[in-house]
Amino acid sequence: MSSWIVSNLWLIPAVPLTVSLVVLSLANPQRSIAVLLAIFGQVVALILAIVAFLPTLQTPGFRAVHNFTWFTFGDQALRIGWVLDPLAAAMMVMITLVGLCIFVFSVGYMAGDKNFTRFFAYLSFFSGAMLGVVIANSLLLLFVSWELVGLASYLLIGFWIERPSAAAAAKKAFITTRIGDLGFFLGMLWLYHSSGTLLFYDQGRGCLEEVGLLAIGASATFIALLIFCGAVGKSGQFPLHVWLPDAMEGPTPVSALIHAATMVAAGVFLVARVYPLFSLGAVNGVTPSLTVVVSVGVVTALMASLIALAQFDIKRILAYSTVSQLGLMMVSLGVGGVAAGIMHLIAHGFFKALLFLGAGSVIHGLHHEQDIRKMGGLRWIMPVTFLTYAIGMMNLSGVPFSFSGGWTKEEILHSTAHWSVSPLPHYLMLAGVVLTALYMTRQMIYVFFGSARNTDFQSVGPAEFHSAEAARTTENISGGRTGRGPMFHAHESPRVMTMPLIVLALSSILFVLVLTPAWPWLHAYLNGEPARVDFSLLIQPILLLSLTLVAAGIGLGWLIYRNAPDPLARALPGLFRFLEHKMWFDEIYEQTVIALSRVLSRLADWLDRYFWDGLVRLFAGLAQAFGVLSKGFDDHGINAGVDETTAGTRGFGRLIAAAHSGQIQAYLGAIAIGMLLLLVLYAWLG
Amino acid sequence: MTQTLQLFLIISTALFSIGLLAALSRRHAIFILIGIELMLAAANLNFIAFWRFSPEPQQPTGVMVAIFSIAIAAAEAAVGLALVIAIYRHYRTTNVDQLNQLKG
Repeated sequence: MSSWIVSNLWLIPAVPLTVSLVVLSLANPQRSIAVLLAIFGQVVALILAIVAFLPTLQTPGFRAVHNFTWFTFGDQALRIGWVLDPLAAAMMVMITLVGLCIFVFSVGYMAGDKNFTRFFAYLSFFSGAMLGVVIANSLLLLFVSWELVGLASYLLIGFWIERPSAAAAAKKAFITTRIGDLGFFLGMLWLYHSSGTLLFYDQGRGCLEEVGLLAIGASATFIALLIFCGAVGKSGQFPLHVWLPDAMEGPTPVSALIHAATMVAAGVFLVARVYPLFSLGAVNGVTPSLTVVVSVGVVTALMASLIALAQFDIKRILAYSTVSQLGLMMVSLGVGGVAAGIMHLIAHGFFKALLFLGAGSVIHGLHHEQDIRKMGGLRWIMPVTFLTYAIGMMNLSGVPFSFSGGWTKEEILHSTAHWSVSPLPHYLMLAGVVLTALYMTRQMIYVFFGSARNTDFQSVGPAEFHSAEAARTTENISGGRTGRGPMFHAHESPRVMTMPLIVLALSSILFVLVLTPAWPWLHAYLNGEPARVDFSLLIQPILLLSLTLVAAGIGLGWLIYRNAPDPLARALPGLFRFLEHKMWFDEIYEQTVIALSRVLSRLADWLDRYFWDGLVRLFAGLAQAFGVLSKGFDDHGINAGVDETTAGTRGFGRLIAAAHSGQIQAYLGAIAIGMLLLLVLYAWLG
Repeated sequence: MTQTLQLFLIISTALFSIGLLAALSRRHAIFILIGIELMLAAANLNFIAFWRFSPEPQQPTGVMVAIFSIAIAAAEAAVGLALVIAIYRHYRTTNVDQLNQLKG
């Protein structure tokens, strides 16, 4: 059983990918067939993932690989393969489980969409590509799947292609991550150059094992940093985070998939996968590359939490929370807490999917309204969504004891506390905890508490009106100021959408059982150690600290935002505007990078137009002149000669034809004259 | 006047020339035929003359040739007249100036 699943691990990504192709190629796409196929593929992948998960439980630190030669060139063979270890197994189960919930939710959310079947094909593709990233035992195979993930995200962010903003967001996501992928690719080349293999584990000869690491030596820092570029792009880290909030243009289940199970998780996963490259030659657990990871993570986490404070789009707030949580995970990886980072990644997968699907439920219930200023009082109208959303919010805020997010965040804070370089990340992350609790409380109050609001629609930000349906809703509202606003139309979502919410909420709570210090099973599992039960570890001083901080954040949020509208906007308008415009990152990039590339493209255009084109024109002119010459010669030389000859022949023929009169007597006369001449000639000669 | 070969040849030439002149200048098809008959007669006269003044006048070779020639000329005249009649039936004329269908 164990060996069967190891050699057939490829089935796990292959099933959703095949399903995706089948759904895409159905001659007459039918909704029920597409849904059944997609969910069937996901269920099969989940079952296979659990089958793969079981053997990893038996021995701590289980690792099995299956390598084979893809192709050979010259005397070199390119080998790829897949690996089954706790990291891959845990990720697979999380991706397929969360993916399944999102698929089921999408059945309700996308019910009215005309491209329903295409959506499920893309979703399956996305999930399959991400599973490919997870099982890869070769950096090349990982890169291929990585790019497939990028392609799937492009297709799904731009799913509503008829909206220019969605098409632009898809392009932005694709190009921004491509910048990071360039670094990743270079790092991969360098790795191959220095170690001679791209396999991670290959019986001691892989690039993450002793021999390979020995061969890499000092260049590991640069390789690691280049590979980290890819992770920065994919996981939305500073300075390439700009695409992630724009990716909200996609349908909400896509956002859930991107932010929870796939895409952004890929970057963190990648760093965890090639962690030996980062930690090679570590002194006291610190290397230059890991320090860079920590710095990027800290900057990203704080920046994103601050920006999230001033956003009004329900999905954008969640998007920035994802950016900030990913920063937190990067910090955790950087300070050496790999297991803590991955635990948070998995827990985050559950509760962020929960939050996004909850947001989707709200948006669906309000007819595609995304502006939190127009929401409010939904806790009575959408009770299931409210309760599950609250669970997600408390997970994200890091409320300890019964929420998995709290425990994993605890682990991360614990790791940062022991970082030998500087205590700064620890304190900044503590501040991040307060900020996270603050902005999530703000969102909760805006969306679910208070009463239905009818705010001034003139002040609505630019990104709020997405669909025609949203515009229609707005018309209804502004047309009837005396009416009860959007809440009038609000309704709880159907069972097919609330069930995934409940499943995810329960998962994120039950997940706690394997996270607590009393039985740190997941931590031990990821680190390849046996777990011990010790209830005395349950109470730790740092727990009280974070409980205080979370309570402070939520309490502060409650105090500030209880009486909306936003007091922060009035108290500090300059800062608020700065944050509301996402610290003007888009504008800065517009002025620098994009402006530079525009200048370069103008230059290239000018070169093309005047220099290269001039050369081409010169040669064309020469050829044309030669043509004219040749034509003149033809016309006046050869043609005229031929014409003259034919005209002469014709004239002579006409002359001779005149003699051929048909008069028999003329012929006879000619004969007579001829005979006479012959006679004269004969007489004269003879 | 002594009978010499030259005399016969001169007569024969004169006869041929008269026939040729008739064949070339007359416009009526039947006159042309008559001119041709004259030229044939000149040729026959030559045969007879060359035979009469040859080293062996005993053998009647020249006469035989002349008799054959006259027989062929009779046949030829018959065909020629038949052609003239056919042409007349077709074109309603025997004026050779109007019969220029042989023009290439």
